[in-house]
Amino acid sequence: MQLTNRSKVVSNKVQTAMEQLYLPGILKGMLITGSHLFKRRATVKYPEETRPVAAVYRGWHVLKRDENGAERCTACGLCAVACPAEAITMESAERKKGEEGLYREEKYAKIYEINMLRCIFCGLCEEACPKEAIFLTDRLVDTEYEREDFVYGKSKLTEKIDKRIDVSKRQTLEVAEFKKLPGLKHNEMWEGKNLNKGNKH
Amino acid sequence: MLTFIIYKLIICVAVFGLSLAVAAYSTLWERKLSALLQDRVGPDRAGPFGLLQPLADGGKMFFKEEIIPNVSNKFLFILGPSLVMLTALMTGAVIPWAKDAYVAGKLYSMQITDINIGILYLFGVVSVGVYGIMIGGWASNNKYALLGSMRASSQMISYEIAMGIAVIALIITSGGTLSLREIVEQQDAGFANIVWQPLGFIIFFVCALAETNRAPFDLPECEAELVGGYHTEYSSMKLGLFLFAEYINMFISSAVMAAFYFGGYNFPFAHELYDAMGLADGSKWIALIGFGAYFTKIFLFISVFMWIRWTLPRFRYDQLMNLGWRILLPLSLLNLAITVVVEFFRGHITF
Repeated sequence: MQLTNRSKVVSNKVQTAMEQLYLPGILKGMLITGSHLFKRRATVKYPEETRPVAAVYRGWHVLKRDENGAERCTACGLCAVACPAEAITMESAERKKGEEGLYREEKYAKIYEINMLRCIFCGLCEEACPKEAIFLTDRLVDTEYEREDFVYGKSKLTEKIDKRIDVSKRQTLEVAEFKKLPGLKHNEMWEGKNLNKGNKH
Repeated sequence: MLTFIIYKLIICVAVFGLSLAVAAYSTLWERKLSALLQDRVGPDRAGPFGLLQPLADGGKMFFKEEIIPNVSNKFLFILGPSLVMLTALMTGAVIPWAKDAYVAGKLYSMQITDINIGILYLFGVVSVGVYGIMIGGWASNNKYALLGSMRASSQMISYEIAMGIAVIALIITSGGTLSLREIVEQQDAGFANIVWQPLGFIIFFVCALAETNRAPFDLPECEAELVGGYHTEYSSMKLGLFLFAEYINMFISSAVMAAFYFGGYNFPFAHELYDAMGLADGSKWIALIGFGAYFTKIFLFISVFMWIRWTLPRFRYDQLMNLGWRILLPLSLLNLAITVVVEFFRGHITF
């Protein structure tokens, strides 16, 4: 009785004399494996070589500084609110006299931490930021030995004054216009472009 | 007398070192070749092109914890891998590595010893090698190890018969000599033995795969059913000795095959090349070039061994026994009969 139409007739084929010799079959198999000697390897030898990433790749975050080298972040917490993975924590502090060169506005982030194991690199923090302070970059997050080492503090997030990071690929014209913000001065893309029309900032 | 002892000492140490070095770099080449055959890159981190990988592997083996099961027979447990390693290294003694050469006005042979029963010695030592595996597997007091060692011994004994008969045919072809050196020298004048013994070579090659426990005949260490086979209980450098001995055996059997069937250190148009270079008999350069040719052959054989390993799946145990007794044994007898007829017409044997 046939229960389903998926049954198959099993082949109990007897080997021919040629097949019983095995040697032709073995040689055929060896030629197949041998042909792989000349095939392209898929391996990317990572630290030396890197896989090409998209121009707008979302990786290791950066906390931007303004053209004078002062931190743009005012610790408003909108990025932490926007973060769906709850990876961002911060603690704010008031700027003291004489720190005008360090912090752009009266309030700044004393502690700013992103847990890179929680982060899903969605870029919502960047979208939420009203001060154009946080951006995702195309840098890959480092490997670490301990879980705690993946909690990146300001030392790993804030850009160095002498080593500015270009984020013009991610700071799109549309977004900047929508936010009614001038472009970050050091981003070459903004050179000669006047976006300050109707800027109340 | 003193120079003789020093010369023998030097050549012993050289062959010993050569066997170890080749075995060490065979492990690297095996990993590299398997990677290439599988579209991978293989080890390339330790040193340039991964050339220090064998040192790293060896170092790792030394620093591993040494465990001797307390239900095992301690003496035999240690004797097993030692015996395997000893016999593996002993086989290199009769292999002629290059032509004789004059060093400081005296003619030296590039062979540890040229005994007139070289082949017999070789087979004797190889069959003692199986005791190491048997003892090691039995002394472990572990069912998997015992099964693995039993498989190893029955496999080696079965395939030694076909191998022996194939070699008898070879001995007939080379005029009844058992000395490896004479067999190689005879191929200098005429063709390589592969021309007269194609079937014999195939039988010998298959048996050599089985003798060295290489895939597709690596049932003794079949990890799918026997955990690790005869070396399940071994750890640290004793395991290393077992694994290392396999590579030395592979090296030696490649050397033996190259000597038996492919003319050893001879190669086509060798004399024309030496004449063109103006080298007289006994020149160091002839010995060196011959050694290079021999090594190229050995390297190719080792590569083929590995190529086969990374192509074929393992045989089932009954298939292995079938192949050994029902196919290879009759085939080797047939080869012997054909050889006798052919050699009779070539005039090498008379009645």
